[in-house]
Amino acid sequence: MITAERKPLEEIIACVAPFRKVLLVGCNECVTVCAAGGRKEVGLLASGLHMALLQQGKSVEIREHTLERQCDPEYVEELNSLIDGADAVLSMACGCGVQTIAGRYKDKPVFPAVNTKFMGASERQGVWAERCQGCGNCLLGQTGGICPIARCAKRLMNGPCGGSTKGSCEIDPDTDCAWQLIWDRLKALGLTENYVEMIPAKDWRTSIGNGPRKIIREDLAE
Amino acid sequence: MENFEPVIVAFCCHYCAYTAADMAGTQRLTYPSNVKIIRVPCSCKVDALHLVKAFEKGADGVYVAGCLKGDCHFNNGNDRAASRVAYVKKYLEELGIESERLAMFRMSAGMGFQFAQTAKDMTEKIRELGPSPINVAKAQLKGEAA
Amino acid sequence: MKTDSKLEKILAAGHLAVTGECGPPRGCMPDKVREKAKYLEGVVDAVNITDNQTAMVRMSSFAASVIVKQEGLNPLLQMVSRDRNRLSMQADIIGAYSLGIDTMLCLSGDHTRFGDHPMALNVHDLDSIQMIKMVKDMRDEGKFQGGAEIKGAPKMFIGAAANPFADPFELRVMRLAKKINAGADFIQTQCIFNVPKFEQWMEGVRKMGLHKKTYILAGVTPMKSVGAARFMQKRVPGMDVPQELVDRMASVPKEEQAEEGVKICVETIQRLKQVEGVSGFHIMAIEWEEKVPEICERAGLLPRPQV
Repeated sequence: MITAERKPLEEIIACVAPFRKVLLVGCNECVTVCAAGGRKEVGLLASGLHMALLQQGKSVEIREHTLERQCDPEYVEELNSLIDGADAVLSMACGCGVQTIAGRYKDKPVFPAVNTKFMGASERQGVWAERCQGCGNCLLGQTGGICPIARCAKRLMNGPCGGSTKGSCEIDPDTDCAWQLIWDRLKALGLTENYVEMIPAKDWRTSIGNGPRKIIREDLAE
Repeated sequence: MENFEPVIVAFCCHYCAYTAADMAGTQRLTYPSNVKIIRVPCSCKVDALHLVKAFEKGADGVYVAGCLKGDCHFNNGNDRAASRVAYVKKYLEELGIESERLAMFRMSAGMGFQFAQTAKDMTEKIRELGPSPINVAKAQLKGEAA
Repeated sequence: MKTDSKLEKILAAGHLAVTGECGPPRGCMPDKVREKAKYLEGVVDAVNITDNQTAMVRMSSFAASVIVKQEGLNPLLQMVSRDRNRLSMQADIIGAYSLGIDTMLCLSGDHTRFGDHPMALNVHDLDSIQMIKMVKDMRDEGKFQGGAEIKGAPKMFIGAAANPFADPFELRVMRLAKKINAGADFIQTQCIFNVPKFEQWMEGVRKMGLHKKTYILAGVTPMKSVGAARFMQKRVPGMDVPQELVDRMASVPKEEQAEEGVKICVETIQRLKQVEGVSGFHIMAIEWEEKVPEICERAGLLPRPQV
């Protein structure tokens, strides 16, 4: 999923304070799962903003609404009946959701209430960790199902570096050394010969190296 | 504000604090009427939103009372409630409310005396802190309007 | 001979090679580079010029290498993949070779977290092994990494680093093999304090015959004080300083600790000379370059052979 974290309240207040009516929009997808911008967080933020602004002698009307999926124009249409009553939109979705709203309602200022962080998985209750950087050319088959691009601090495709210590990364003892994990997995799978083969220099065009990426499915596209 | 009577909301677990309140009653122990009790099936049923909304709606203090460590009827609901209270305390600070206005207490069903004492202590503490900044702001706004 | 590198000539002739290190200054102080180089003149066969070492901004390795070259020494250009993409690396390699720099070391580099620009982006377009392959292809195939032909290919003598002490230990020999397969002509190791563990690593190296495919220069560092010993033991990732060495440093009075550190360094070199497959020494006297002549003298590495 895409993970996110709420921005500091102070920063959000600075965005919405100039407006009288704000539409606060959550999303039922990823940000709900990582407890950053679902219905509940929308409620918490609305309540917190009310109280914080009240103390500044300001009264901003905040309307709450949570969409099924904020990155999908079809669902964003749901805001049509609410948008006219708002001077600005505050979005608790990831950056994709914020931009979908901005693209749909050209004359409404849209502010992000969360910082979109990374594509991650849940390690345990309440803990999410980065697992994928969307490089566009998946290596996981060669690396025992552990991504060196997302999980090695130096993105080494032929690691580990000299800083790997007792299974931890040199940058932080709480961060696993991705190459230790890869090696352990290759051993468990009986695939240690995979390691000997050098992974060649990456073609970053499938990743961030080639400008904004797009997928077009001819059979589905209208 | 010299006649300030704080409004305190206490979310009490059915299996412990709520029964302890009953016990205080049968033992004829008095506790301040400032404390409004809300019975919950487990302290962890209290959501962050309930705590925050309580302040928004006018509470000067809020507390959650759950079972003693290891005694939760649902395994570890009381511990979850404690971490949630800690989380909301930080949020309160962020939005300008002193975090001491929110607390977590633990007690058993038989601790009627402790229930009454906790209610007294919390009321005294909030009385000292004064009205919540939200209530102050609301009063100010009303005064300006009038 | 693959190159005109003095280091390659020394190694190919079967001499024990000696390299030293010079960390460029953090400012426009070319004289500082000259001063450090002076200590190493006639004492080492090549001088490693570090590249933003410990992720702190310094005079570029390239510029300091040119200064060292002007002083008549042989610079060994270090290059980290942290700060440059492949275009920039190749441009610098061509530039450096055009100015007479023919020996280099390919590294991934310390993480920016450790330096004074922790907010910077780590580039890592290539990793160190892919960098080695790129430099080799530039030299042997006359091709840029992107595939186009180079007019006037740089003939670099290619070095790589190896850390026998990092985890997982069982992977360390295999990773060396990977570097050699990618094109590493010579290897400079991490500072060796734990000699038995290094010997164990070398046993693995010999078992795979890797010492016959590359030249291994054993890294050594004189410890200035017991404080420095403790710092390296506890704080530097991938460093293995045995407790007995720290105790030995602590057992002598403060004013004699520097001498004890030099003594340990010389003893280490003497021991490592006996290890089959060691082709030379890389002496990293960090901010203590003036001690290198003495260490070389006492370790019997002087005078340097003429080739």
